[in-house]
Amino acid sequence: MKQKLSVPVALLALLMTVMVLAQYEVIDLYIQTIILFVGINIIISSSLNLVNGHMGEFSCGHAGFIAVGAYVSSVLSVALFTQDRVFGAPLLPPQYAFIGFPLVLLAGGIAAAFAGLLVALPSFKTRGDYLAIITIAANYIIITLIINIDKIGGARGFMGMKRVIFAMEDVAEIPWMILWVFLFTILSIIAIRRFVSSTYGKGIIAIQQDEVAAEIMSVNTNKMKLIAFMLSSGLAGIAGGLYAHVIGYVNPKSFDILKSTEALVMVYLGGMGSITGSILSAVLFTLLLELLRPLQIIKWVAIPLLLIILMQFRPEGIMGNRELSDIFPRLKKFYRFK
Amino acid sequence: MTVLKITKLTQYFSGLRALADFNIQLEEGELVGLIGPNGAGKTTVFNLVSGFYQPTEGVISFLGQPITGLKPHQVTAHGIARTFQNIRLWNEMTVLDNIMLAQHSSLDYGIRDLFFRTGRYQRREREIRDLAMELLEIFKLREVAEEKPKNLSYGLQRKVEIARALSSKPKLLLLDEPAAGLPSRDVVELIDLIRWIHREFKIAIWMIEHQMKVVMSLCSRITVIDFGVVIAEGTPEEIQHHPDVIKAYLGDDQL
Repeated sequence: MKQKLSVPVALLALLMTVMVLAQYEVIDLYIQTIILFVGINIIISSSLNLVNGHMGEFSCGHAGFIAVGAYVSSVLSVALFTQDRVFGAPLLPPQYAFIGFPLVLLAGGIAAAFAGLLVALPSFKTRGDYLAIITIAANYIIITLIINIDKIGGARGFMGMKRVIFAMEDVAEIPWMILWVFLFTILSIIAIRRFVSSTYGKGIIAIQQDEVAAEIMSVNTNKMKLIAFMLSSGLAGIAGGLYAHVIGYVNPKSFDILKSTEALVMVYLGGMGSITGSILSAVLFTLLLELLRPLQIIKWVAIPLLLIILMQFRPEGIMGNRELSDIFPRLKKFYRFK
Repeated sequence: MTVLKITKLTQYFSGLRALADFNIQLEEGELVGLIGPNGAGKTTVFNLVSGFYQPTEGVISFLGQPITGLKPHQVTAHGIARTFQNIRLWNEMTVLDNIMLAQHSSLDYGIRDLFFRTGRYQRREREIRDLAMELLEIFKLREVAEEKPKNLSYGLQRKVEIARALSSKPKLLLLDEPAAGLPSRDVVELIDLIRWIHREFKIAIWMIEHQMKVVMSLCSRITVIDFGVVIAEGTPEEIQHHPDVIKAYLGDDQL
């Protein structure tokens, strides 16, 4: 019983603490934003890890899918729940925003999952370096498309999502984004965890270790690649939607190859194929980015340098391909996470 | 009943003929051998049967159904499993996972069952695990269930690979040089193992093998190919004394 309940109770306690602290402004907006970014980055790194770590493909255009999710959910939520210059009067009463928001996020995720087809379909025939180039191309295609759609702001970016948050706060004055980010982070981790721990999902680990053997010993590799890419980009899309609503403003520039690189750094820092590694590295990386903020542009010297050092001295990342429970088997007594 | 029937199977690799007009028929419960010098096209035959290559010409039918042109995983789902010449296990996974995964084509639950851990998911996962554990038990691999294959001896890896193939519940097992690289002590054990599998699982086995001891003591019928063409067919005794076979293996230079 203790084993079964410890994780949900701990998570609930964490959520409550953060929400109460935010509610009474014990922690200021800056700290709150960092906490939100930690959650979003956890989704980004663990979803990219699904493709790069568990499946062993090299996708470096993750930001493209984040962008699709960010834009689709932003446009939907702004059009549905707010009075906007471009989209006019709200299509639904704004007080429904707090119910509609998770659905809008999911819609962004689904759109991003379909954008993932852009990479998934070529992956049937292409692998390794060649697929990596395709993923970069996909990233640029998406960004360029967004820049060229004037209705959603083009290169200027798109804003108005803060009004959706205000609409939610009109219903109840609580830090909504903390709740949503927390909820979707947990759901994403559960989804990934359940996927890779099932015999079905282990098909992608078989692809990583020996694709020929996987194909011949009964794994429908094309289907598994399709599912893994779509799941990965779909979750990235949800992260994008959360990101857009936390910032309140999106710009195509913020989803370029630099953002994809950030995602890659997190995956390799944490360890390929380790969910706990991805979570740990997302936390570390987000905090590191904030600590290095005073350095401004020098930050982008320091972080790649970190990656070089990491690859030299610990190429398998912090966790390797192990999970927390592999390193500390005794912990299994205290928690179970399925 | 005919398990496998191959008619006029021909394979070209960009103009190079690897296999020409290959015919064979395997009956239920047979244990048949395929031999030939290096590069004769033996593994090509297996790769064609398991769907890894698409034949240039010819028809392969399994239990009366044509399987030519199917994808490898579909062929496995029909009931043909194989092992590889150079062992191809998933080395970073546990032995148990390796064996469970070979049932991937008969999982019978969807992605929704997986996310919501439905009753169907739990029942199927339990059945898959039970079958895998049963196989580990009879192959005496129970102690290494949680080991990674790369940490096992070559002989044990062979065993795991055969167990993995059997876990997909095949009706025909293709063994590609199961004795390759084994020390002679293990070869004797392997012969017993194959004979035992053949009797216990009541399946047809078709094997490629270089070591004559293995083929001669196991197979009731042997096909010999050289340069992609069948040069002899018959019982082990007939093959041993067939002039073309001796020529193919030893060359025909008159000394």
